[in-house]
Amino acid sequence: MKKFLAVLLATMMTVALCACGSGKEQLVMATNAEFPPYEYHEGDAIVGIDVEIAQAIADELGMELVIEDMAFDSIIMAVSTGKADMGVAGLTISEDRLESVNFSTPYTTAAQVIIVKEGSDITGPDDLVGKTVGVQLGTTGDIYAGDIEGATVERYNKGYEAVQALLQGKVDAVMIDSQPANVFVEQNEGIYVIDEAFTYEEYAIAVAKDNTELLEKINDAIAKLEESGELQAIIDKYIAAE
Amino acid sequence: MNFITNFADTFYLNFIKEDRWKYIVDGLGVTLQVTLFAVLIGIALGFVVAIIRSTHDKTGKMKILNWLCNIYLTVIRGTPVLVQLLIIYFVIFGSVRVDKVLVAVIAFGINSGAYVAEIVRGGIMSIDAGQFEAGRSLGFNYTQTMIHIVLPQALKNVLPALGNEFIVLLKETSVAGYIALEDLTKGADIIRSQTFSPMLPLLAVAAIYLAFVMLLSWLIKLLERRLRNSER
Repeated sequence: MKKFLAVLLATMMTVALCACGSGKEQLVMATNAEFPPYEYHEGDAIVGIDVEIAQAIADELGMELVIEDMAFDSIIMAVSTGKADMGVAGLTISEDRLESVNFSTPYTTAAQVIIVKEGSDITGPDDLVGKTVGVQLGTTGDIYAGDIEGATVERYNKGYEAVQALLQGKVDAVMIDSQPANVFVEQNEGIYVIDEAFTYEEYAIAVAKDNTELLEKINDAIAKLEESGELQAIIDKYIAAE
Repeated sequence: MNFITNFADTFYLNFIKEDRWKYIVDGLGVTLQVTLFAVLIGIALGFVVAIIRSTHDKTGKMKILNWLCNIYLTVIRGTPVLVQLLIIYFVIFGSVRVDKVLVAVIAFGINSGAYVAEIVRGGIMSIDAGQFEAGRSLGFNYTQTMIHIVLPQALKNVLPALGNEFIVLLKETSVAGYIALEDLTKGADIIRSQTFSPMLPLLAVAAIYLAFVMLLSWLIKLLERRLRNSER
């Protein structure tokens, strides 16, 4: 037992030493790794489109990428209070968010779509009036669902919990970004995405208001990645594979 | 001056704009509702379990019931209340649309019952065996001795611990947001998710919890003092 403890301590110390010794400046990325295919856990690593784009940007800037996984509704706060350098989490540019942070140039587009159960009488966005709609707290789906006339919005902490509630008949529909929606639909039988999207939107990286230097660097990096085709390659890798 | 206008702006953004204060007020209503009914379930369940367990301890009867109670106590006290809440919502009520307040009341009530049971049992066991024997020698049977002699004394002894349990319960309901129930804490979460300013919503909610806990402690103190009148 003592020997085991000694080994454990030694390992921890070595790891701690390594962490200090890398020398490169850190680029801390705030995200919510429950949003496939943009960011999700695979084994003990966090992977996805956003993670690879952030990695490419970090490489471009010669910095070391550090991922902070947190609740989705905490990301903007983490960025605006300086706990993280940037928020990369499939963030849509919205007026409310622009009051707290700046956004980079968009790196991809996405749609808000509606998932329903097979046999549902909801066939388009207009049918959501008066229904119960499940969303993930703080997402754009949450904002839009709140504007639907007479609809009850159930705000779950995680996207998949909203989908689970749909599967169990607790909500009539789920509003969520298109790519994770496709993943959810593929993983679960008996639900599908309605053809007509609710809205279309663009994803961008959030940076603190006073950190314009980093914002410019990120914008330059995105432009370079777009030009070289690397950006599209990353997106294709995940979306085509689904 | 700058600080004051800043505060006024943030206050306006978090509570006044788009009637956001309603999230807090509605959430408070839900939290109090859940706590009140969970306390009632907890007391009922707790007393039944405590009486079964202490009867078994004293007389050796009710073996099977005591065994069931032991399983209940072990499982409920051995797992986090949040996990129990999620299991009740997503597993036990797996395929029905069920009122979320009801789910929370059941989950917190069952959870609280386990703690109340052990508090009350401790109270019953702490009463001197002589009290019990005195009751029996006066011609009371077991049930009568329990009701007229042991329980009244036990109750007075456990009141501080019971009060503490209800305070804990009030605060524990703050995890109800996990099943998309819009309680007080979730109200602050929703405001935060819209305004991205963490300070005011969280401080407001903390102050409200604190106020209710203080009110509850005061009420319990009052009750304790009344019950102690008989000691002189």
